[in-house]
Amino acid sequence: MTGSVQVRLPALVATMFPDAPRLLAVEASTVAEMMDRLDAQWPGLKDCFCDSRPAIRRHINVFVAGRRVGLDATLPPGADVYVLTAISGG
Amino acid sequence: MANTVLILVGTRKGAFVLESDAARKEWSLRGPFCETWPMNHVVGDPATGTIYAGGGNEWFGPAVWRSDDAGRSWSHSSQGLAYPEGETPVRAVWSLGLRNGSLYAGVEPAGLFESRDGGKSFSHVAGLREHPSRPEWQAGAGGLILHSMVLDPDDHDRIWVAISAAGVFHSADGGRSWEPRNSGTRCDFLPEDQRYPEFGQCVHCLVRAAGSSGRLYQQNHCGMYRSDDAARNWRSIEAGLPSTFGFPAAAHPRDENTLFLAPLNGDTAGRFMPEGKAAVWRTRDGGETWQDLRAGLPQHNAYLSVLRQALATDTLEPAGVYMGTTSGELYASADEGESWTQVASHLPGILSVETLARPG
Repeated sequence: MTGSVQVRLPALVATMFPDAPRLLAVEASTVAEMMDRLDAQWPGLKDCFCDSRPAIRRHINVFVAGRRVGLDATLPPGADVYVLTAISGG
Repeated sequence: MANTVLILVGTRKGAFVLESDAARKEWSLRGPFCETWPMNHVVGDPATGTIYAGGGNEWFGPAVWRSDDAGRSWSHSSQGLAYPEGETPVRAVWSLGLRNGSLYAGVEPAGLFESRDGGKSFSHVAGLREHPSRPEWQAGAGGLILHSMVLDPDDHDRIWVAISAAGVFHSADGGRSWEPRNSGTRCDFLPEDQRYPEFGQCVHCLVRAAGSSGRLYQQNHCGMYRSDDAARNWRSIEAGLPSTFGFPAAAHPRDENTLFLAPLNGDTAGRFMPEGKAAVWRTRDGGETWQDLRAGLPQHNAYLSVLRQALATDTLEPAGVYMGTTSGELYASADEGESWTQVASHLPGILSVETLARPG
């Protein structure tokens, strides 16, 4: 069953996709589906979060209910999903 | 007649643009652009003025950025910059090339992509990675990168690419099929009886000479070379240089016999300018003899390093020459290397330097 989840996007996304909000509701039952829905609204956003293996990029973390999850994770209706940039740089 | 000259600088933290008039004496700098992403290569289209910047971000992966207003605003795309599922993903764009309406992107791990819509989307030139040698390609210290491409301006089916450390490959059919072209270039890092393999050379930079002869030059990890037969055979032109080791090479815009290099002191000695004295080396005779050019470059405690895409010429008369260092200094010469001026300092480490001359 597909329900609405709350997705929090990393602040850096605003520099890449200026019209993307930091917090939004998405209809999705898995993380992969959530990424597809985000990409449909902001083409290229999925590429920023996921690579072609396919998997979530090495320095991007997705948390649901306090746990780091992958693309195949299921999302219960009403879930809070955090997409975060990991510590990286120099 | 060019009225505006831009120096396009890719750094570890964004792209920068310097602008001057044809005299090339005073430069203004703007940037950093591209959200401070590492930008491995920034190029300009002389026909349109469009600037493209290729790079990769540890968080968000590869992308090509595009500016139609000399760097003031940018868009970006990674659409199509991907290998099939299951393969090691594309990490970053390393080199860009323009020809006949196409934008080519060389990436890490080594592969080639083409855009026919100005960088909005890319398609994989799959033939290169289908070459039977590909499972044996070894990464250099900078990764398994496709860092140089030569696009024949007259024959649109002919492409040469250079991959560290797989060597030079050539396609005569627009990228469908490829063959290694490394004959005569050596691998000092292999056992003595295996130093001239068919592929696996650590080519550092590949450039095409001006004119119609099609001459190619390559700076290699192990020597400096020239080919007058489309890279089928290479011959050493390192005699007279202070070192066989360096990264970049920059061809003169009109004279096929003139080439600029930035030799370093060797691969195990720090990879600095020899003796801490900065110099660009120039040949006027196709590599038969070399001259060091030092006027205006630091000659005391200058432990500078110049990477493979960080030496460039412009198209003016006399030709300008530009050199960026890993310590963030940018030097410019408006007289074919005879004299130099530092035109920027304290930039992030410089990865690439290119130029764009415009009439406006």
